Amino acid sequence: MTERLIIAGSGGQGIMLLGKVLAEAALLSNKFVTWLPAYGPEVRGGAAHCMVIISDDEIGSPYIDQADTLIIMNQLSLAKFINRRKDNGLMIINSSLAESGKLAKAITGKFTDIAIGLGNIKVANMAALGMYLAHKKIISLKNIEKAMRKMAPKDKPELLKVNLEALKKGMEI
Amino acid sequence: MDSEKRQKESRVKLLITGNEAIAESAIQAGCRFYAGYPITPQNELTAYMAHHMQDRGGVFIQAEAETAAINMVYGASAAGARAMTSSSSPGISLKQEGISYLAGAELPSVIVNIMRGGPGLGNIAPAQSDYFQATRSGGHGDYHCLVLAPSTVQECYDLTALAFELSDKYRVPAIILGDGMLGQMMEPIVVTKFRAPSLKQSNKPWALTGCKDRKANVVKSFYLKEGDLEKFNLKLQSKYQKIQREEERWEELFLNDVKIVLVAYGSMARIAKGAVKALREKGKKVGLIRPISLWPFPKKAFAKIRKQYLVIEMSYGQMLEDVQLAVNGQAGIEFLGRSGGGVPSEAEIIAKVNKIYHG
Repeated sequence: MTERLIIAGSGGQGIMLLGKVLAEAALLSNKFVTWLPAYGPEVRGGAAHCMVIISDDEIGSPYIDQADTLIIMNQLSLAKFINRRKDNGLMIINSSLAESGKLAKAITGKFTDIAIGLGNIKVANMAALGMYLAHKKIISLKNIEKAMRKMAPKDKPELLKVNLEALKKGMEI
Repeated sequence: MDSEKRQKESRVKLLITGNEAIAESAIQAGCRFYAGYPITPQNELTAYMAHHMQDRGGVFIQAEAETAAINMVYGASAAGARAMTSSSSPGISLKQEGISYLAGAELPSVIVNIMRGGPGLGNIAPAQSDYFQATRSGGHGDYHCLVLAPSTVQECYDLTALAFELSDKYRVPAIILGDGMLGQMMEPIVVTKFRAPSLKQSNKPWALTGCKDRKANVVKSFYLKEGDLEKFNLKLQSKYQKIQREEERWEELFLNDVKIVLVAYGSMARIAKGAVKALREKGKKVGLIRPISLWPFPKKAFAKIRKQYLVIEMSYGQMLEDVQLAVNGQAGIEFLGRSGGGVPSEAEIIAKVNKIYHG
């Protein structure tokens, strides 16, 4: 099994963090994993994406040309990565910020709206991760939660709580 | 595979970037002095040192410039400390005078170059175009640095500690040569606790530790008296010959039954390895030599195989020259390279191999 994901959006949407949570959970699942950020001179507001590969075998290139899964968090990223998905690949689109029309094997969720509803716009990324978990059974919810607990700042328990809520909402879509 | 076995075991695992793995390894290996100046794509290394060095009994200095940083390393090393600096390509160019002095004064030191595109200020994309500079004495004089090229984050961790060991052993500067992709990517590593010698324990009778009750030591690279410098150079050369005999390192894959041997190092070797595995699945007899030590270049790896070679680099052919020297006209050599931010992809490698295979 090798799962190649590209996660894309704009700087500030927690794109890197989404990838890191997934990578950390893959580590806890005893998988091989790589996480590669696209880094540029710009950060907040600019384009941001990261590439995550999860595998049962040693991973060669951490760079992904054609992805098994695309998680797209805004319109610009949809235009940029629409051709980077394998023929049968899964595409998850944040329909709060991207208009996808009718794309084959694309599923959508209003992740940003969900996040606003929970009182913290920043957790849209975890809602998207929840939807991914519901559709691909590669990493268990248990290990994702474990990874989130490990990574969350200990002095702000309310942050972990709202992130977990967003994850659950995403899974229920 | 040793690395595969290690990944599967449930020992202490960390998910960190290559840059952070180098920094953590250095601290564990007893590095207690770091001086650097920020530059992408190696900033996580400097940041990690800033965050951790002081708490772990070391000194972190953000120097006013790269030149200052390398000269601070000279001072710390002369005093007997394990010392390190890091930068990326343009910053490493600035350090070359200092590296020549370190080699001339036989001072152990570790210099990390997380390569980016060049020449000049270039860009911040991964590259391997500083191979010549690292392996051919980038500064003036007849000297060499030991050069180790990690290919995984685990190796960033393992080879940095080794670089300190070898640098102390031979009293030569050691370079960790990585690239922006390896520096920035995260991968799980298995943490081993290196046994670092303390300053007092480390056997450095030449170091400037205060000369009460003993003869004063002198650390210098200046030999004016007739014949002295030649004598010193001959001493260096015999040391380099010993390193060449004893410190070649490489990994090989599928060389038993092979028609085309790919040669790549660092991040490029990961991509080449992916191509080799994909080609093997299609029944193509393809193998891989991955140099781990770039100086000394692992010539022994090439001695037994007289097959077609394909050298792949993120440059327009630098390691290629070492392969040519190692093969010495006894086998065919093809080349695939991109630079300035271009990275040969698995698909490009496969296409090139197929062309050679059937051509």
